[in-house]
Amino acid sequence: MADREERRFAEVSRESVKLMAESAGVELGDDVAALLAEDVCYRLREATQSSSQFMRHAKRRKLTVEDFNRALRWSKVELLYGPCLRQAVCGYGAQDALPFCPAKEGELFFIEDRDINLVELALATNIPKGCAETMVRVNVSYLDGKGNLEPQGTVPTAVQSLSEDLLKYYQQITRAILGEDPHLMKVALLDLQSNSKIAALLPYFVYVISGVKSVSHDLEQLNRLLHMVKSLVQNPYLYLGSYVRSLVSSVMYCILEPLAASINPLNDHWTLRDYAALLLSHIFWTHGDLVSGLYHQILLSLQKVLSDPVRPLCSHYGAVVGLHALGWKAVERVLFPHLPAYWANLQAVLDDYSVSNAQVKADGHKVYGAILVAVERLLKMKALSLSQPAEGGSGGQPGSAVGGRVSSPGLSPPPEPLSEAALGIASHLQAGGAGCPWEEWTPVPLPAMYCELYSFFGDSLAVRFSTGPGFGSYPPCAPSQLADTRKEPCGPASNPDTARKMPQLTANLNISPRQDGSPRTDPPPPSLAATGPGRSLARSSSSSSSSVQRSRSSSSRPGQRSTGPSRDVFPKARFTSPQAGLPVFTFLIGGRQMGRRCQGRRPFQTAFAPTPPISSVPPRAYAHKLPVIGRVGKPVRRWACSHYSLHLPL
Amino acid sequence: MAAVQGGPVDAVEEKDIKTEPSNDGCGSNSTNDGRAASASPGSGAPAAGAKPAAAAPEDQQTLLAVLQFLKKNKLTESVDILRREAGLPEDSLDLKGADSSAAGSGGDLGAADASSLLSRVTASSSAVVQAPTKAAGEDQPDVNVVLSAYSQQGDPKLYPVYYNGLKRFIESVLDCHRAELSQVFYPLFVHMYLELVYNNYESEAKAFFEKFRGDQECYYEDDLRILSSLSKREHMRGNETLLDFRTSKFVLRISRDSYQLLKRHLQERQNNQIWNIIQEHLYIDIFDGMPRSKSQIDAMSGSLAGEAKREANKAKVYYGLLKEPEIELPLDDEDEEAENEEGKPKKKKPKKDSVGSKSKKQDPNAPQQTRIPLPELKDSDKLDKIMYMKEATKRIRLGPENLPSICFYSFLNAYQGLTAVDFTDDSSLIAGGFADSTVRVWSVTPKKLRKVKSAADLNLIDKESDDVLERIMDEKTASELKILYGHSGPVYGISFSPDRNYLLSSSEDGTVRLWSLQTFTCLVGYKGHNYPVWDTHFSPHGYYFVSGGHDRVARLWATDHYQPLRIFSGHLADVTCTRFHPNSNYVATGSSDRTIRLWDVLNGSCVRIFTGHKGPIHALAFSPNGKFLASGATDSRVLLWDIGHGLMIGELKGHTDSIYSLRFSRDGEILASGSMDNTVRLWNATKAFDDLETDDFTAATGHVHLQDNSQELLLGTYMSKSTPVINLHFTRRNLLLAAGSYNP
Repeated sequence: MADREERRFAEVSRESVKLMAESAGVELGDDVAALLAEDVCYRLREATQSSSQFMRHAKRRKLTVEDFNRALRWSKVELLYGPCLRQAVCGYGAQDALPFCPAKEGELFFIEDRDINLVELALATNIPKGCAETMVRVNVSYLDGKGNLEPQGTVPTAVQSLSEDLLKYYQQITRAILGEDPHLMKVALLDLQSNSKIAALLPYFVYVISGVKSVSHDLEQLNRLLHMVKSLVQNPYLYLGSYVRSLVSSVMYCILEPLAASINPLNDHWTLRDYAALLLSHIFWTHGDLVSGLYHQILLSLQKVLSDPVRPLCSHYGAVVGLHALGWKAVERVLFPHLPAYWANLQAVLDDYSVSNAQVKADGHKVYGAILVAVERLLKMKALSLSQPAEGGSGGQPGSAVGGRVSSPGLSPPPEPLSEAALGIASHLQAGGAGCPWEEWTPVPLPAMYCELYSFFGDSLAVRFSTGPGFGSYPPCAPSQLADTRKEPCGPASNPDTARKMPQLTANLNISPRQDGSPRTDPPPPSLAATGPGRSLARSSSSSSSSVQRSRSSSSRPGQRSTGPSRDVFPKARFTSPQAGLPVFTFLIGGRQMGRRCQGRRPFQTAFAPTPPISSVPPRAYAHKLPVIGRVGKPVRRWACSHYSLHLPL
Repeated sequence: MAAVQGGPVDAVEEKDIKTEPSNDGCGSNSTNDGRAASASPGSGAPAAGAKPAAAAPEDQQTLLAVLQFLKKNKLTESVDILRREAGLPEDSLDLKGADSSAAGSGGDLGAADASSLLSRVTASSSAVVQAPTKAAGEDQPDVNVVLSAYSQQGDPKLYPVYYNGLKRFIESVLDCHRAELSQVFYPLFVHMYLELVYNNYESEAKAFFEKFRGDQECYYEDDLRILSSLSKREHMRGNETLLDFRTSKFVLRISRDSYQLLKRHLQERQNNQIWNIIQEHLYIDIFDGMPRSKSQIDAMSGSLAGEAKREANKAKVYYGLLKEPEIELPLDDEDEEAENEEGKPKKKKPKKDSVGSKSKKQDPNAPQQTRIPLPELKDSDKLDKIMYMKEATKRIRLGPENLPSICFYSFLNAYQGLTAVDFTDDSSLIAGGFADSTVRVWSVTPKKLRKVKSAADLNLIDKESDDVLERIMDEKTASELKILYGHSGPVYGISFSPDRNYLLSSSEDGTVRLWSLQTFTCLVGYKGHNYPVWDTHFSPHGYYFVSGGHDRVARLWATDHYQPLRIFSGHLADVTCTRFHPNSNYVATGSSDRTIRLWDVLNGSCVRIFTGHKGPIHALAFSPNGKFLASGATDSRVLLWDIGHGLMIGELKGHTDSIYSLRFSRDGEILASGSMDNTVRLWNATKAFDDLETDDFTAATGHVHLQDNSQELLLGTYMSKSTPVINLHFTRRNLLLAAGSYNP
C-alpha cells in the first residue's frame, strides 16, 4: 500500500537528504533526515500541484520549468531564498546551482545572494534569433456551415514573412551555391553551416533542395544540392524538425533513382550515390530522432529497390551503399536475407560476356563490390560484437550469443560508435516492428552467415573464420585474431570450396581524412563529424574501393582478373577495416592487376610490411606503386563523392 | 524587496480579516448549539438532546475552548455572558491557564473521565500556548487549532470501524435513500482522515485512506490526490484547500426521510464520532419530498464544498436588460435611402422596428436603470450605437439550419506562448496576452493602428477643423501591430473596453493594467490582488471592470479609482474567470473550487452559487438576454444555468478537453464553445432553453432533471488546424471568429 502511494509522487529518499546535508557540512540524524525527506516530498507535491494551475492558465498542455518556478515563487519560497528567484529551482531553468556557503567565522550558513546582471536576465530569452515575427493570420473556414470531423492538418508554416535581409541572404546563398564560382560556393556552404539566424529560411532551403528531381541530369548541381543538405544538417542552430523527412527524401532520390545523368557512362554518378549514402547515414545519426519511424521507412524503400529486378543496377548499387551507410545492422537485416535471391540476377549479368552487355556488366561489378564491402563489414562487426561479451568473461556460445544479442540490441554497448548508432536505430526498428510488413526475421548466427557469404564470395571475403566442425566451440574471433588470420595468404586451406578460390586484394589501410582532396578544408567532412572512429572504417573501405584515378586515394585498385573457374572475370576489391585506433597497416595484395590502358594482365603479388605506421608512410606513397585503373576524363574536382566509391571500371 | 515581501503579508492579513467574521460566526453557531444542549437537554435540537451522558464532557470542553478563544481576543463581555449561561465556575478560566481549568473542570467530573479529558485539554492548551508566538497573520489556523482540539475522541483504530458501520448501513437502506445518504461518505471520509492526520496517527490515517478511497466518487479524485499527499499535521497549516474544508461546512442536500433514517441509525448505534463530524463539519440542507436520484445528485455535486445551500440561491436577481438609451437616428433615413439605392427592397424595416421596440419596452426583470450608476453616453458612444444598430440590421439570423461561418485567427510564431485573446465588439481589433509579459494589439482591418501625436505636435494642429480627430493621429506610427510592455509576468486575462479606447490586462505579477489604445501606453496599474490575476473583464457599459485571481477574491474596480469598489469574497479557491452580466448589475465568477458565483455589484453580496462542475471553471458566457449563463470547465463539459431560478438547466457533453471559451451568438440562438481539443462546437441554445419546463417544485427544491440530449443540441463540430481555441467572438453580423495560437 505504502509503495503504491509512494510511486505516485516524486520521492526524495532519506539518504539523499543526508547526502545533501553532508555536502553542505551538516550532520543529520536518521530521524531528522527522515522527517526532512518526508517534508521535502510533500512540499514538492504541493508545488507541483500549484504549478499545474499556472499551466492551465497559460492554456498549455505541457508543464514547463517556468510554471514550477512560478509556483515556488508564489508559495513563498522567495522569502526563504531571497530575491534570486531564478535560482530557487536548480535544474533546467536555473542559471546554476545554489551556492551554499559557510561564513568564515561561526556556524553560520547562508545562501549566496549574488548580484544579478539585469541586462543579462532581461535579454535571456529562449526565442531563437531570426525567427519570424508573431502574427495573426486568418483562415476562413466552413462557409457551408457543415461540420468537419476529420483532422484539418496544420497551419501552413510557410506564411512567415521574411525580412528584407533574410530574403537577400537567401538569394545570395542559393545563387552562390548553385552558381559557377567554386570559391563562392565554399563560402556560402560554410556560412550555411554556422549561421545562427537562418531558422526562418529553413523551409525555403529545404524547398530548393527538393529540386533534385528537376536536375537529375546534372551531376554537378546534384552535388551542390547535397552539399547544401550537409551544411544545413550540420548547422547547430537549426532545428530541422519535420523537414528531416523532406531532406531525407531528396537524399534518397540521389541514392536510389536511376538519374538521367547515369545514362552516360562517363558520368560518375557512383560517387554521387556514395556521397548521398554517407549523408543519409549522417542525417540519421544526428537527426534520426526527429521523425519517428523514418529509419524503418527508409529500410523498407531500400529493400523494395533491392528486390526489384527491373530497376537498373545503379539503383541496386544505391540501395546497397545506402544500407551499408546505415550500419551493419541494416545490412544484416535487409541485404543479407536478400542476397541469395539477388545473387542469381547479379551472376547472370556478370556472366554475360557479350559486348552489348559490357556496360551493364561494369555496373554489375560495382554492385558486386558494394555488396562485398557491406557484408564484410557485417561479418566483422558481428564478430566484434560477439567478441565483446566473450571478453567480458561470459564465454558463452557464440551462436547463442548472437541470437540473444541481436534480438535485444540495446542490452550491451556496441563495440564502437558506428554500430552504436546503428544499434540505437535498430532497437527503434524492432520496437516499431510489431505492425510492420517485414517478414519474420531471425538473426542468423555468425558461422552460418559466414558460410553462406563464403559460398557467394569465396575468398574474396577478407574476413576469415574457420569453418571447420569445431567452429562453434571456438571463441569468437577477436579483432587481433582476425587480423592474424588475414595475414595468412592461404586461408582457404580449410575451405572445401576450393573451386571458388580467387585471387584477391586485401587492402587494409587508414587514410588520413584530411587528405581526401575535398575542397572543404576547414570543417571535417560530414562523415567525420558524425561518427568519430567508426568513420575511419567507412572511409578506409571507401577509399580502398574508390576510383583510383583520384590521386588522393592511396589504395590500389587492381582490376584483377581472377583465374578461378567459375567467375574468372571478376574483379574483387577486398579490404578489411582497420581496427579503430590501431595504426597497424597491413597490405596484402594478390592477383592480377590491370592498369589503365593496360593491354595485358600482369599478375602481381605485393605484401607490405605491417610495421610502418600510417603516419610515417602516407597512403599517397602507395599510389604510384599501385596501378591506376578506371575511366579517365573524370573531372578531378568531383572530389565530393570520391571517397567511398566502389567504382571499379574495367 | 521589502515591498515585495510586504505585499503578500498584507494580503494574508487582509484575507484573514475578511474571512474572520464568517469563521467567527460559524464557530459561535456551533457553540450555541452545544450550549443549548448542555443548558437544557431535551429541549434544544433533538440530536443534541438525545446524546448520551458521555457527551457532556465534550460540551464542557467545547465551552472551555470557546472561552479561551474569546478571552484571547479580549471579548470579556462575551466571556462573562457565556460563563454565566453555561454555569461554569469562575476558576475554570482563571489566569493560571488552561491546565488548571482542566483540573478544575475535571474535578466536577468522574475520575474515569478526568484522565481522558485532561489529555484532551492539554492538547488544546498547548495549542493555545503556542498561539501567541505565531505571527499575527496566522490567526486563522490558530482558531482552527482551538476548535478542532475537542473533536479528537476515542481510539483512532475505531474510525475504520465506524466508517464501515455506516457504509454497511447505507448499503442496506432502500435504494431511494441510498444515493442520498452516500453523499455523506466523502465529507466524512475527508474529515476522519484529517482528524487522524491532525492527531498524528499517521499510519492509521494512511490505512484508512487506502481502505476507503475507492468508495469515493470519481470527481473528487483531484481533491483526494491532494489529500493523499498530506500525512503530517504540519502540512495542514499551509494547505489552503484543507483549511477551507475544515472551516467551511460541506453542504449536502438530503430529503427529510433520508435524514431521519440516518439520524436514527446513528443514535441507535450511539455512533457519536460520526454524529459529531456531521454536526460540526457538515451542513445538511433538508428538504421535504422525494429523495433525489443518483443522477440528480451527481449533476449538482462535485464542488469543493458540496452543493450550494438553497437559501444561497433564493435572492432575487434582476437579470433583465437595461433599457437602451433613446438615440435619435438622424442617419437612419440616409441608411434607408442607401439601402434603396442599392436596389434592396425595404425588407429590413419590420426587423428594425422589432429591434427598436424591444429596446423600448421595459423588461419586468430588469433592474432599475439607475441601480448601478453608469457613465453617460458620449457622442462617440452614440455614434457607435448607431453603427451597431445598422450592423444589426444586416445580421444573419442563425439557427440549426443556418449555422455561422467561422473565421479562425491563428497566432503564428507565438513562441512566447499565447495566454489570452480578446476581440473588440466591432471586431476591428484583436489583442493577445503572452507569457512573455507582453500584450500585442493587432488591427484586423486595413486600418492601421496609429498613436496620438505628442503634446508638442498636438499644439500645432487646428482644433477647429472638422477632421481634428484625424489630425491628432500620428501617421508615422501607423502599423498593423502595437506591442504593450509593462507587465512583469504572463498576461492571463485581457479585455477591451466597449468604446475601444482602452484595454485591460491582468497578469501573474498581481496587477491589472489599463492601456490606452490612443497612445498605446499604460495609464493605470491597479494593485490589490497581490497574487496572480487570472482574469479580468470590462463591464458592457464601460467604466467598471472586474478581476479575479489567486487570492480567491474577485474585485470590482472603476477605471478612475485605484482601489477596488467591491471585493467579492467567498470562493474557496482561485477565481479563474470573471464575466459581467449584460446589464452590468451582476458579475459572474468561476473558480477552481468548481463553483460559479453570481455577485451583486450593488451590495457585493453573493446571490447565486452554482455547483455541478467537476473541474476548475475557465469559461463563462451570459446569454444576450441576460437570463442564462453558460459555463465551461476542465471537465470538458458545458453547463447551462437559469439565473432567475438558480437552476442548472442543461449539460452539453462532447468536448474532449478543457473548455476555454464560450460565446453566444448575437441573438442568443447558438452557443459556441472552444476547447483545447482543437474544436469549435456549436450548440442549439434556443432548443436548450425552450425545452425547459420549470415547475414550481423544481424551482423550490432546486432539483433538476437533465435529459441527456447533448447530441441533439450539438449542431456542428469544427476542427481547427491543430490549434487550441482560446477565444470566440461573434461579429455584429453573426460571423463567428475564433482565435488560438498554432504551435507545431
